[in-house]
Amino acid sequence: MALKTEPFVLNIGPVHPSTHGVFRMRTTLDGEVIVDMEPVFGYLHRGIEKLAEERTYTGIIPLTDRLDYLASMSNNLAYCLAVEKLAGVKVPERAEYLRVIMAELQRIASHLIGVGAFMNDCGAFMTPILYMIREREKILDLFEMVSGQRLTYNYMRVGGVSQDIPDEFLPALDKFVRQMPGFLDEYDQLLAENEVLLARSKGVGILPKELAINASASGPVLRASGVKWDIRKADPYSIYDRFEFDIPTGSAGDCYDRYWVRVQEMRQSLRIIKQAMEQIPSGAVRCEVTHLIHPPVGEAYARVEAPKGELGFYLVSDNSIAPYRCHIRAPSLLNLTALRDLVIGWKVADAIIIFGSIDICMGEVDR
Amino acid sequence: MTVYLSGSKIAKQMTENFPEAVAEASDQAVVVKSESLLEVAQYLKSSPELDFDYLTSITAVDYYEYFELVYQLTSLKHNHSLVLKTRCYGRDKPAVLSVVSLWRGADFQEREIYDLMGIRFNGHPNLNRIVLWQGFEGHPLCKDYL
Repeated sequence: MALKTEPFVLNIGPVHPSTHGVFRMRTTLDGEVIVDMEPVFGYLHRGIEKLAEERTYTGIIPLTDRLDYLASMSNNLAYCLAVEKLAGVKVPERAEYLRVIMAELQRIASHLIGVGAFMNDCGAFMTPILYMIREREKILDLFEMVSGQRLTYNYMRVGGVSQDIPDEFLPALDKFVRQMPGFLDEYDQLLAENEVLLARSKGVGILPKELAINASASGPVLRASGVKWDIRKADPYSIYDRFEFDIPTGSAGDCYDRYWVRVQEMRQSLRIIKQAMEQIPSGAVRCEVTHLIHPPVGEAYARVEAPKGELGFYLVSDNSIAPYRCHIRAPSLLNLTALRDLVIGWKVADAIIIFGSIDICMGEVDR
Repeated sequence: MTVYLSGSKIAKQMTENFPEAVAEASDQAVVVKSESLLEVAQYLKSSPELDFDYLTSITAVDYYEYFELVYQLTSLKHNHSLVLKTRCYGRDKPAVLSVVSLWRGADFQEREIYDLMGIRFNGHPNLNRIVLWQGFEGHPLCKDYL
């Protein structure tokens, strides 16, 4: 007589080290194999879009810090670009360069955590992530120099940045840019051909190109599936059209490719920072903007290539001091759309890796 | 560089195929009637010279008299984008057609709009609250929510 079996429901999270915040996967298992999965979130919902309707345009910048708190600078940048588009503000040259430098440093910092946490999920517990955090710490020191903060920087302003960099910043940045490629080589040596990483991530959680596009994936997740799409090249904002850099793309769309794309992007970011450091002019870092901005009636959508993907702000103005509507196009949320397709058919231990390879930040998913 | 297509130009092209669909068009956006949203979206996605294969974002705005749904469409192949809008009149159980069958990326975003604004998407496979809990009363992003 055949053994009678029935599906088993297992909740992974919301509080679990591998869910990177408060995320719940409600999985249905057949033995150890996942047959269905429903992502459940909202545990960190703070209603930022609603809060934004009550605040002045400048007052919203600290809220954007708390979206993807591992990439506050990119959030600041996307939001400021949207307001500038709406109000027609022109940003001084030096501020544009500072913005690019900060955004690229932020990309490295975010990818370091992304890769480190991914290694944690793979089972290389804490050793690789501590290497990554060692380097990220230097970036946080740089951010502390310019903004006084180490996590929520609130550095950018409508029409520029809040303050100029101190004298010791550029030498420290130069040192970082010269040292970092060596550390990336060190990581590659440790990880890129590591037996454990290859065995656990090659061919696991394949996201086909068509699905990636159809499910609105963006950032490294989209590029790992072989789509050469980067907002910095496709729709250059700020001054990204002045820099030379490549867009690394994967081919298989598996977890390893997502890891690999992130590592290569860090190298490209260093290239951009190097060029920006050479070209940066002197001058004002902020143009004259009234404290209470009231842009003309209208709407604007501005987007940037944040570390996790396309981050967009859609603002509607009714000519008052607060936006009528502020919508945030969160890359972390949309990258989760295809998660169900990725994990079905894999074991629970693989689902953890697949989820880790997408690299999300719950602050941005729930908003 | 992404080309932002003019709404009025696309509207002209559309009227050839869907004479009744376009409600309003400007340079920034094309507004279609809510009942023809799905067929227009289908046309925008499948027409080879437009080829809007990527749905960047969906959002909704509450203007009291109506809800306006804003679809940011992008074509990765041609690198152009278009803002498609539709309006949903009436505050009592507003509803539009879901585009999940065309773009999977609409799934979570439509659920979010339903959750926070109360607009129902007919044809959505799993229209449940997404960030607030089941049993929550009201839809907080509506302008009349206190």
